[in-house]
Amino acid sequence: MSLVIKDLCARVKDGADILKGISLEIPKGRVHAVMGPNGSGKSTLSKVLCGHPDYEVTGGTAELDGQDLLSMSVDERSRAGLFLAFQYPVEVPGVTNANFLRAALQARLPQGETVDAVAFYKELRAKMKQLGMDAKFTARAVNEGFSGGEKKRNDILQMLMLQPSYAILDETDSGLDVDALRIVSDGVNAMRAPFRSFMVITHYKRLLDYIRPDVVHVLYQGRIVRTGGFELVERIEQEGFDFLKD
Amino acid sequence: MADVPFQPDTRGEFSYPENHKFDAGYGLTEETIDYICDAKGEPDWLRRFRKDALKKFHELPMPYHWAPEGIRDVDFDNIRYYLSHGVPPRKSWDDVPDDVKRTFERLGVPEQERAFLAGVDAQYDSETAYNNMREELSKQGVIFVNSTEGLKEHEDVFRPWFGKVIPVGDNKFSALNHAAFSGGSFIYVPKGVKLKQPLQAYFRINSESMGQFERTLIIADEGAELMYMEGCTAPKFDSATLHSGVVELVALKGAKIQYVTVQNWATNVYNLVIQRGLAMEDAEIRWIDCNLGSKLTMKYPAVVLQGRRARGEVVSISLARDGQDQDTGARMIHAAPETTSNIVAKSISIGKGRASYRGEVNVLKGTPGCRNNTECDALLINADSRTDTYPAITVNGNASAVQHEASVSQVDEEMLFYMQQRGLTRAQAMSLAVNGFINDLVNEFPMEYSVELRRLIDLEMEDSIG
Repeated sequence: MSLVIKDLCARVKDGADILKGISLEIPKGRVHAVMGPNGSGKSTLSKVLCGHPDYEVTGGTAELDGQDLLSMSVDERSRAGLFLAFQYPVEVPGVTNANFLRAALQARLPQGETVDAVAFYKELRAKMKQLGMDAKFTARAVNEGFSGGEKKRNDILQMLMLQPSYAILDETDSGLDVDALRIVSDGVNAMRAPFRSFMVITHYKRLLDYIRPDVVHVLYQGRIVRTGGFELVERIEQEGFDFLKD
Repeated sequence: MADVPFQPDTRGEFSYPENHKFDAGYGLTEETIDYICDAKGEPDWLRRFRKDALKKFHELPMPYHWAPEGIRDVDFDNIRYYLSHGVPPRKSWDDVPDDVKRTFERLGVPEQERAFLAGVDAQYDSETAYNNMREELSKQGVIFVNSTEGLKEHEDVFRPWFGKVIPVGDNKFSALNHAAFSGGSFIYVPKGVKLKQPLQAYFRINSESMGQFERTLIIADEGAELMYMEGCTAPKFDSATLHSGVVELVALKGAKIQYVTVQNWATNVYNLVIQRGLAMEDAEIRWIDCNLGSKLTMKYPAVVLQGRRARGEVVSISLARDGQDQDTGARMIHAAPETTSNIVAKSISIGKGRASYRGEVNVLKGTPGCRNNTECDALLINADSRTDTYPAITVNGNASAVQHEASVSQVDEEMLFYMQQRGLTRAQAMSLAVNGFINDLVNEFPMEYSVELRRLIDLEMEDSIG
């Protein structure tokens, strides 16, 4: 059971090629980090895997536990267990956090079953406490008027509630202060399990100090140019990405 | 199988074969009016009144210079002006003709009546089929009848106000309604009587090319309070149908009237409605208006604030999908000092749907201390949608405060992607976004209706996505 990506090529619709043949496999239970300079295609990779309409796949395959990911709609991918913590979480005016999460959980239930409200709120409050979020956030509209850090934290809350089997964290550390970074990382670490994998996209070692990856990939100009262990993180921290140009 | 609770058909996409005793045929002439008067057994004054109105109707121009383009397609000669079973209104559903009874059962009307209503008037094509009110209200002197019976049995109560809030010659469509009116409710609530439960009217069009011209007059005597709700549906026929009602409200000193509309006509109905209320000293009139259906709706509920400290409010939600034009708004005429009004209008345009807000706030001379607040917000879903705002504010004299705020926002692909990434289908995501947009206004509707409204919006969203 794993997320298997083979020779994945994608471009902006009617635009430039961005992913130029990406292959990687993330088995269940593992954390893979994806690093790379700006514009290397990290965010594009996460969006393409989730089916963002701005991109089109021009070649290759992606499978989630043997299912063809690329033929599924955005929401089918989500319900199949794929989660994306957004680099820039989106505001949904007028829809409360609680209602949004409840609708998302409801969408996972078979027809005729409903989310148990009491159990839902109990769990929601517990997860919010875990992330150091004020209880009043349940009644606030999703990300509306939130600070950058609050938005990131809110995305992690959604991940904790939806319990995906594959989670992609796209620069979740950006915009977080040191304390928030630790709390969010603790939340992610608490979710690490043999039946769950993570793809952690980041520029910085500081996040990976908290969420220790099993494997590190370096993405450059739309290709994975290095795969290794934590020593790659340390090299990038010291030298930057210049060594990739050789 | 589990016990499935009864789900009313909120769209009413069905019809029964026509079974009319009276059919005035196509077009509106003096003969049509004679036919209607004879069928209804009306007095001579009303026959003359209708014929005078018909003259005015022919004289007055169509509002082509400002109205939406679609109004040019209204073909008055291709409308049937009076269709009726020829059965007087019944007080028991068991006595209502079978097809009519089955229609209203499918629409959930008797169900709602049992659950939370003080009285119901159910109109089928041109006439009321069922009218009943809880007995204790009759004992308190409340009158709740259809327009024919109102003018016949309670002429002294209704005739003095009939056509006074909206005069015959107000515009072409008021003249049309005065000439051809049939059905609608006449309500009188005596001094100090406060209805705890709403009265409801349901307007149903069952026949092709039908023109429905109901007439409603509600008088709340001093200190009286009531809530009135109207719902409407029609199946979609090949040819267009016309609904052109007139609603007059009179709130005497200290009275309160709330008038709630949930309009869900089929998408080939021209819905051209005039609603106006007169609020005397310390009285309050609220129009709560929701337009989901119809091909073209033109409707601008008005309050004439006639007495000191009178209050007026319009809360409006409209939803325009492909091929729909929702031209709605509000009018507030401040004709006395210290009167206040509030307008909150939200519109949603999907696809090629078009929603416009037309507002008029007029503070007359010599009326200091007036206040108006207007907010109108539009939500656009996809790039073809269109929304327009036409506010007109006139303040004669000073010492009054008027403010207007407008906003336009969009449900864009990023928002939908975000919501879908959490597992919601595209339709669910849109529906949630739209519900979020109108959330604060939906809460203004009575609970039973707000639940219904949310369900309707969900259905419309699912349909829009296909």
